[in-house]
Amino acid sequence: MKIFYHFGRYFMLIKRAFGKPEKISIYISRIFEEMNLLGIGSLGIVAIISVFMGAVITIQSAFNFESPLIPLYAVGVAVRDSMILEFSPAIVSLILAGKVGSSIASEIGTMRVSEQIDALEIMGINSAGYLVFPKIVASVLFNPILVVFSMFLGILGGYIFGMMAGVVTDYEYIYGITYQFRPYNVMYALIKSIVFAFIIASVPAYHGYYTSGGALEVGRSSTKGVVYSSVLILAFDLILTQLLLA
Amino acid sequence: MIEIKNISKSFSGRNVLNDISFTFQTGKTNMIIGESGSGKTTLLKCMVGLNEINEGQILYDGRSFTELDFKHKKEIRKEIGMLFQGGALFDSKTVEENVVFPLSMFTDMSESEKRDRANFCLQRVNLLNANNLFPSEISGGMKKRVAIARAIAVQPKYLFCDEPNSGLDPKTSIVIDNLIKEITEEYNITTIVITHDMNSVIEIGDRIMFIYKGNKHWEGTKEEILKTSNQEVCDFVYATKFMKDLKTKF
Ligand SMILES: Nc1ncnc2c1ncn2[C@@H]1O[C@H](COP(=O)(O)OP(=O)(O)OP(=O)(O)O)[C@@H](O)[C@H]1O
Ligand SMILES: [Mg+2]
Repeated sequence: MKIFYHFGRYFMLIKRAFGKPEKISIYISRIFEEMNLLGIGSLGIVAIISVFMGAVITIQSAFNFESPLIPLYAVGVAVRDSMILEFSPAIVSLILAGKVGSSIASEIGTMRVSEQIDALEIMGINSAGYLVFPKIVASVLFNPILVVFSMFLGILGGYIFGMMAGVVTDYEYIYGITYQFRPYNVMYALIKSIVFAFIIASVPAYHGYYTSGGALEVGRSSTKGVVYSSVLILAFDLILTQLLLA
Repeated sequence: MIEIKNISKSFSGRNVLNDISFTFQTGKTNMIIGESGSGKTTLLKCMVGLNEINEGQILYDGRSFTELDFKHKKEIRKEIGMLFQGGALFDSKTVEENVVFPLSMFTDMSESEKRDRANFCLQRVNLLNANNLFPSEISGGMKKRVAIARAIAVQPKYLFCDEPNSGLDPKTSIVIDNLIKEITEEYNITTIVITHDMNSVIEIGDRIMFIYKGNKHWEGTKEEILKTSNQEVCDFVYATKFMKDLKTKF
């Protein structure tokens, strides 16, 4: 039964977060602030894991495709499809759920236990709108950019390390990544990334917002925020894949 | 004028406030005193709606706060300046940004007007040259003073201060006390001050409510509190040797 309680409270928070802003200009600058913090601040980690993942997939698939029946350009196809379909949207979002999610939950949780949220409310400010809304918008706007960035770097990483390891040739890899390319797959990835972005920002924000107690509870909220948003990302990954690809 | 009528509040079955009624007058410094844990902060939070009350009524100049919806409560809250017991400064903002914040949110002042207003408020709490520091970089007493400056920045109609001078040295305490009294009279504000400090009570208290274990145990003026025969009030007022000595002198 507890799950219904959380669902209800979560949707109430989201509804309040999307209420009428007190002052549009402040909300807009808050969105840019959050984009800088959550988006730009994540470029580094996304770049590193994408390059390495692309490289590992290239080398692994070259190793597995050692049969004369499978053409070598299949390596390029494998890297492209695994990056675009699953790795960039889902795995990158999972990693962001850890990085961004814990920072959102602990920031809002700290503001709750040190009465900063109460202070906002007393000033007559809709604290959910002021704190949560810009995070959700920034995440939804920026996550697709991170995902495209990750696809690009993953495929590039595969190319560089594949060449260095000598498992594919220049021509085959490039032929592979363009072979029967379906732009719809990128669409599918972007739709997923938007849904995941909403989860990454809103679920940890929910856990932070309803923290009560002290520093210990802030830590707990942060953990809960990361765990629940990760599980939800995986669940929605399955649902969306079934809906969009099947 | 703020009237509270028959306010009761319990936390998970434990009664913290019982049937409290009082009238806080405009242009006067109304004080709430009582032992630690007696329910002073809880009462103030109930009055602004941060805690839901179980029973009772709260009237801001006749407007019944308890019956209003979220949107209309917000309108009343914009008229309230509040100092939290812990300060509650925004720790991602500098001292100046903290004071400017309510101005940016609710006024159309230009950047320089806002900065002037913030500096004026900071100056009144005796806080100069700290504008660009973050809350983590200033002392406890300084945080309190920034919080006061933030509370008075938008010229509230109702000013609530939860222990404005705990953690301050005696000299700064008096500055803050006098500031509160001054602006209360100057702008005809309804001010409520929670305190443990008998000095403040004697210094600025116009109307005094004494809370004892969640009940309103006594009310009166500062002249009356020194002469009352109420046992619990006397225990509170004459707890220190200094006050005891003072009593024997008169
Ligand atoms: N959120 C809460 N949940 C449960 N109990 C609470 C809560 N807030 C306050 N209390 C209880 O209410 C009682 C009164 O607390 P309150 O903070 O109002 O005291 P106070 O008079 O302000 O004390 P102090 O002078 O030390 O600040 C205490 O016994 C406290 O345990
Ligand atoms: Mg208190």
